[in-house]
Amino acid sequence: MASSDPSVMIDLNGVRFSYADRPILQGIDLTIKKGEIVAIMGGSGGGKTTLLGLMAGRLKPSSGSVTLDGFDVPHLGKKDLYALRRRIGMLFQFGALFTDLTVFDNVAFPYREQTDLPEAMIQALVLMKLEAVGLRGAHRLMPSELSGGMARRVALARAVALDPALMLYDEPFTGLDPISVGIIGRLIKRLNRALGMTSIIVTHDLNETLRLADRVIVLSGGKVHRDMAPDEIRETEDPFIRQFADGLPDGPVPFHYPAEDYLTELMGS
Amino acid sequence: MNRSRFDIAVGFFVALGLLAMVFMALKVGNLASFDNGTGYALEAHFDNIGGLKVRAPVKSAGVVVGRVESVGLDQDTYEAVVRLRIYPNFRFSKDTIGSILTSGLLGEQYVGLEPGGDPVYLGNGDRLGKTQSAMILEKLISQFLFSKAAETPAKVP
Amino acid sequence: MTGRMAAILESLGHLLTGRLDRLGLAARFAGALVLVLWMSIRRTSLIIRELYFSGVRSLSIIAVSGLFVGMVLAVQGYEVLQRYGSTESLGVIVALSLVRELGPVVTALLFAGRASSAVTAEIGLMRATEQLAAMDMMAVDPLSRVIAPRFLAAIVSMPLLAAIFSVAGIIGAWIIGVQLIGIDDGAFWSQMQASVDVRIDVLDGLLKSIVFGTAVGLISVFEGYFAAPTAEGIASATTRTVVISSLSVLMLDLVLTVMMFRGLS
Repeated sequence: MASSDPSVMIDLNGVRFSYADRPILQGIDLTIKKGEIVAIMGGSGGGKTTLLGLMAGRLKPSSGSVTLDGFDVPHLGKKDLYALRRRIGMLFQFGALFTDLTVFDNVAFPYREQTDLPEAMIQALVLMKLEAVGLRGAHRLMPSELSGGMARRVALARAVALDPALMLYDEPFTGLDPISVGIIGRLIKRLNRALGMTSIIVTHDLNETLRLADRVIVLSGGKVHRDMAPDEIRETEDPFIRQFADGLPDGPVPFHYPAEDYLTELMGS
Repeated sequence: MNRSRFDIAVGFFVALGLLAMVFMALKVGNLASFDNGTGYALEAHFDNIGGLKVRAPVKSAGVVVGRVESVGLDQDTYEAVVRLRIYPNFRFSKDTIGSILTSGLLGEQYVGLEPGGDPVYLGNGDRLGKTQSAMILEKLISQFLFSKAAETPAKVP
Repeated sequence: MTGRMAAILESLGHLLTGRLDRLGLAARFAGALVLVLWMSIRRTSLIIRELYFSGVRSLSIIAVSGLFVGMVLAVQGYEVLQRYGSTESLGVIVALSLVRELGPVVTALLFAGRASSAVTAEIGLMRATEQLAAMDMMAVDPLSRVIAPRFLAAIVSMPLLAAIFSVAGIIGAWIIGVQLIGIDDGAFWSQMQASVDVRIDVLDGLLKSIVFGTAVGLISVFEGYFAAPTAEGIASATTRTVVISSLSVLMLDLVLTVMMFRGLS
């Protein structure tokens, strides 16, 4: 069942997942090759973040298989899973920096926990990573002293500390000003090319995504709705994607929450 | 942040806590009475020990000279067997009398030792030759009542 | 009428099964925690950090409370003892109440309010801001890196703080009884020493506070770890930590006291 193709990073096959009785994913088939930048888009609560959780082994699918670099993720023991995760980096929605550690110590965390490198070497590595995101000068600050965009960049430096083969980005642009969005987008692309890693970006920021991604996957109703190149998205006539791209209030995704007839409710029964 | 600051503060805290424990052991409690192993054992048989408890004091002339180590029952004679642990610096003659006394009217019960004049001293594991049991209030009262009853024959109604 | 009874019974049953579910969750959580415990014991620097936040930061409130409780006990005790003309027993009464009961119990209650609530809020916040998830993604087990050191710190802090509380209380009683009222200094201490047994009273008191530390520590990390990741969720988890810790301490105290007195006779 594990795909033997060495060029494949992730292979999802018929993945279903539900929280309690609420189905989130209803049969996802998806293959992502090594070195790709893939954006996953879809409405809020559409299971995008759940998909990342499944790939990283934080969640287990109710059925279907998740294969990451040849490993059967849902059936790995804790030890093997942690060994696999050393090669995965994840950027969380709001950075998830450790609030009780300085910027420096945050980026040093993976080295101190996962390696036996001497402190002098760690210091050099941390400053290098911080330099890459342009925040070497801020290494003494606490996370509470950083702006949202800076915190996201520090978190990015921390996520790529161990040079992962796969980077997962959970809503990396949410809540940032346009300049920070541009900076983060550029960094994602640069890190991807420089380190030759695979990147999966969950987002609903369409503009930045189209500039960044090699492939865009649109989720709808717990399934892969479309899988296409960025250029195709701009031209497609697909009503769901048009609604999404143009920010139309009503369309395949209804404006109104399901309700009984307006007039009937107003007049009373 | 500063690791050595944590270390110093925590070191101070742990030292203070341990100091408090030592204070409780030595100044509040008396660790000297905790020496179960030292000293020597004596054995005394009583008809009745009343309310004597393990770890009750053993006193001679009012001075604490040991503790009650264990209380048991001799299955043949149905006597109470009390083992006493006497502190090593006290010696008692062979004809010492052991008795169970009460401090005050309702106080705790203890074992009193009254030495005689024998030049030979009691050694480890020796048994006290003479003992006097605890005074049981109910027995005293019933004795008193019975003797009263004997003096004045009951009237026939 | 019967419908209403049924509804009441149903909601009662619902409440009970909810509680039992939570108890089962706590038991599984405790089991998982025990499995990683020995691994985190070796990370002394992490435990020292938590000892600082739980223990050192609680030091002043514990010492001052102990002092005042001891003083109050001395005033109250003196009032009663002088009726029987045995005021020199004040030391005994104060020391026994502190060492056996008030030291461990009041310390645990204060600890729940001061340190454990903060631990719950901290862990809850770390969860809400995905710090625990980030750690997990960096292949570092939050259970052994974050949870276990806080749990261990509670177990270690509690007996130390309880001892400090008791000693502060005895000193407070000494200030009132000997310095202000004028009870004989020698009688105060010697009576105390004659009646307080190291094994029965002092060690039992310390044993109690270790049990309390385990219970309060477990409750605080459990409530934090499973707090709903919202502001209200963390606030109510913090409240639950204080309420459940206090009730557990008082309940455990009864059980332990009965067990200890039974073992005595």
